[in-house]
Amino acid sequence: MTRKTFEESMQKVKQDILRLGKMVEEATLKSVEALKQRDLAAAHAILEMDKQINQLRFDIEREIMLLIATQQPMARDLRFLASCFEIASELERMGDYAKGIAVINLRMGDQPLLKPLIDIPRMAEKATDMLERALQAFMEEDILTAQQIPLEDDEIDALYNQVYRELMTYIIAAPTTIERANYLLWAAHNLERMADRITNICERTIFIVTGKIEEMDVSYDELDEKK
Amino acid sequence: MLKTAPIAFLVNKNNGTTMEKPQKMAIENLSVYYRNFRAIEEVNLPIYAQSITAIIGPSGCGKSTLLRALNRMNDLVPGSRTEGQVYLDGAPIYAPNVDVVEIRRRVGMVFQRPNPFPKSIYDNVAYGPRLLGIHQRHKLDEIVERALIAAALWDEVRDKLDQSGLSLSGGQQQRLCIARAIAIQPEVILMDEPASALDPIATLKIEELMQELKKAFTIVIVTHNMQQAARVSDYTAMMMLTDQAERSGTVIEFGETEQIFLNPKDKRTEDYVTGRFG
Repeated sequence: MTRKTFEESMQKVKQDILRLGKMVEEATLKSVEALKQRDLAAAHAILEMDKQINQLRFDIEREIMLLIATQQPMARDLRFLASCFEIASELERMGDYAKGIAVINLRMGDQPLLKPLIDIPRMAEKATDMLERALQAFMEEDILTAQQIPLEDDEIDALYNQVYRELMTYIIAAPTTIERANYLLWAAHNLERMADRITNICERTIFIVTGKIEEMDVSYDELDEKK
Repeated sequence: MLKTAPIAFLVNKNNGTTMEKPQKMAIENLSVYYRNFRAIEEVNLPIYAQSITAIIGPSGCGKSTLLRALNRMNDLVPGSRTEGQVYLDGAPIYAPNVDVVEIRRRVGMVFQRPNPFPKSIYDNVAYGPRLLGIHQRHKLDEIVERALIAAALWDEVRDKLDQSGLSLSGGQQQRLCIARAIAIQPEVILMDEPASALDPIATLKIEELMQELKKAFTIVIVTHNMQQAARVSDYTAMMMLTDQAERSGTVIEFGETEQIFLNPKDKRTEDYVTGRFG
């Protein structure tokens, strides 16, 4: 092989992206569990995890810049590295959503949950499951899976709508609950946004393989049709 | 005996690992003259062990002169004179009583154009060891095989060792020259534009080979191909002509290759690596 060293460096970037993804999954599940249990110490730990996520993202960016500066990547190699830059940034933002949920938890202080959490943990489980498979598809450059995963975003949207409607009934019944309802709505919204970013990762995987950007965000199309 | 080279201040101090690496060679206040013309001026540079150091810079800035100073090859140029010092494992190589042949054995060289001898592949590689007095066939066989394996050429030539070295392709010839250089077990290998006469694939093979070689040897490469320096080297020295009336070349910046190509400190380096020079 003529570019063994370069190949190894690209594999390292790939492994680091996977590692970043695992950290984001863990932060997401833990942030929701901490919210469910109202565990403030655990919420603080998420803030620390977010710092590590941010650092790894910068490390990955640096690795990529170095490879672009020194190795003259072309064609598929260039698409791969440019996509990794984007994916690292998407993962870092997902980490921010997990951190956002931890911040909500801390802001709630000693206020009890408005209601026991059922759908929000489901959203977190679904989203992290999608993320794990999206990263697997990225690792294996499996475009069929990458095309399928964004379709599952509807499930997340459905769960979000359910949370939204439920919280609205609480607010309508007792407007004094508006603050506590809002906290939970905010947490659910973070998870909904996370799933959208998983779609972006799948788009990049397809781009690496085909060289074409396919817009996979189905929910907006549906919105257009309803108009 | 190991000398602390004054170059240390040039190295990016933010990176602790750089400072701790052992220096195989150190260049100290080195100037080289060809008669009255000063080709390079007061160069200070560390050469770190088991690393690849690239010397880059525009044409005529003294890159090859600096490289040839590292094994006293300039001595062969009539009228050349050297000031300053070069240390190899802490010992000065420009000193009375230094065995120049021994210096050149320890610091080998690969040139721009592949220059195999008009001899068999085997004899090309065995040439140096024979000069050093090794004549036992089984020993030579072993040395030749090991050198050709190290030069990533063995698989391509194992069945035709008695064919002429000149029958090989350009890229193979250059790897043969590398095998010839490493057959006498040098410690440092100097490469002067080792791939400039080769096609891109043969070039990448040489570059990949260098990554293997640096595990055992210290490599210094001169290249006008900036991308090549970026691809292969661990450290980069940027040379440029001074602004004085009598223009001679000197090292204006030295650092980890990563730093030189991502975040050069000197504006002239930045202009050169971004293609805005001149």
